[in-house]
Amino acid sequence: MLLRRVIPCLDVAGGRVVKGTRFVDLVDQGDPAELAARYAVEGADELVFLDIDAAPEARGTLLAAIRRTSHRLFVPLTVGGGVRTTAEMRAVLRAGADKVALNTAAVADPDLIRRCAWRFGRQCVVVAIDARARAGTSAGPAGWEVVIRGGRTGTGLDVIAWARQATERGAGELLLTSIDRDGTRAGFDLALLRAVTSVVDVPVIASGGAGGVGDMVAAITEGGADAVLAASIFHRGLVSIAQVKAGLAAAGVPVRRTGVAA
Amino acid sequence: MSERVLPRIAVIDYGAGNLRSVMEALRAVGARPVVVDRGTDRRLAGAPALVVPGVGASGPAMRRLRRHGLDTAIHDAVAGGAWYLGICLGLQLLFDESVEDDTRLLGLLPGRVEPIPDAPRLPHIGWNQVEVRRAHPLVAHLTDGAPAYFVHSYAGRPASPEVVVAETTHGGRFASIVASGRLLGTQFHPERSGADGLALLADFVGLVSHATGSRIGLPGAAAVAA
Repeated sequence: MLLRRVIPCLDVAGGRVVKGTRFVDLVDQGDPAELAARYAVEGADELVFLDIDAAPEARGTLLAAIRRTSHRLFVPLTVGGGVRTTAEMRAVLRAGADKVALNTAAVADPDLIRRCAWRFGRQCVVVAIDARARAGTSAGPAGWEVVIRGGRTGTGLDVIAWARQATERGAGELLLTSIDRDGTRAGFDLALLRAVTSVVDVPVIASGGAGGVGDMVAAITEGGADAVLAASIFHRGLVSIAQVKAGLAAAGVPVRRTGVAA
Repeated sequence: MSERVLPRIAVIDYGAGNLRSVMEALRAVGARPVVVDRGTDRRLAGAPALVVPGVGASGPAMRRLRRHGLDTAIHDAVAGGAWYLGICLGLQLLFDESVEDDTRLLGLLPGRVEPIPDAPRLPHIGWNQVEVRRAHPLVAHLTDGAPAYFVHSYAGRPASPEVVVAETTHGGRFASIVASGRLLGTQFHPERSGADGLALLADFVGLVSHATGSRIGLPGAAAVAA
């Protein structure tokens, strides 16, 4: 039986892990390689490394940071941020990534998803979608809009339509972030998760808003997520990976237990 | 009287995927991996073992192997008695053909590569249990039911069921470890499967060393995982 994953996220800028609220007000959280190694030992099922430094001149620094983070990690590493071509994807894979997450570049050039999937296999291509709720009316919610450039730019694209399209073009997995909830610890946007997981047949990683174990359970059992991702609650030591695993197991969600609880 | 060296393992690079973690994992269990990216590389012919890693699609992978003369070089090495450990796509390449792009594969092991049967979701991404079906030195230290990391949509269906060492269930069941003589393969990624994955790689290196008489120290897999 496929186990549900718990994934700490490293938002990296200038070679350091940072974390903000709704993608701004960034605070230093430490070294990516040290944090990744610690989380792997604590039972992380995978690590997500997101380069939020959009500056093109920082690419060399980024590849070095990926190499250091991947070194002797022995659990999977997904890397996102700034990949615009299959050649760049290859460089990131060779630096030690197992999967690559496409975001802004895929919105600008949706065929990039197909090219990457053809070259490396669709299981290697994650499409990261940053979603912002549209202002609702008295008639009800108006859905979600895809935003790019780290949440700074609206696209007018509907999240559900984009999720469908990305999957049809070859995305093997979706990393779905509610930017309204990002860093707020107010819980995942379950309506958003349900709306996406009910229309795609690839795994969906829930991101944005994790505040505690209960949120993780809800993302999986109510939202239909295959994996839950969190950053600030792990970086700040508010909840441990072991606590999340124990909570998920207690709720009947199959997880990988490491160490004494295995 | 002179110390024999650690077994040299040729890791086949056909231009896709994460080679680095395979190299690190092999080093962590005491092997001496070298990257080989063309069939004329003499280190391939002389290596006691090959590791064919990978992620990727089988069509582009086979085209790259052929372009660099690696397909015939792999055949020659295997015919000369080298061990072959295929990881993920590297396992699938052992078979005759894949329905993925109707690709002709290496044809070292009778069978076909097909999508995982009755899968609820594809790709199959994440940790899933390795159910050991028969004893084999490759799984001497792998706990039955141990979780391992998978990321694939296709799986090999061997023509002869005896080559199946372990199976995994994702909707339907598929072969997650196969072994036939010196041809071995895992559908999961041992290099990304924590201590259990390293234990399997250590057993692989142990098999190669035993067969070639290389001296080898096997570090505890749990220690290197931490």
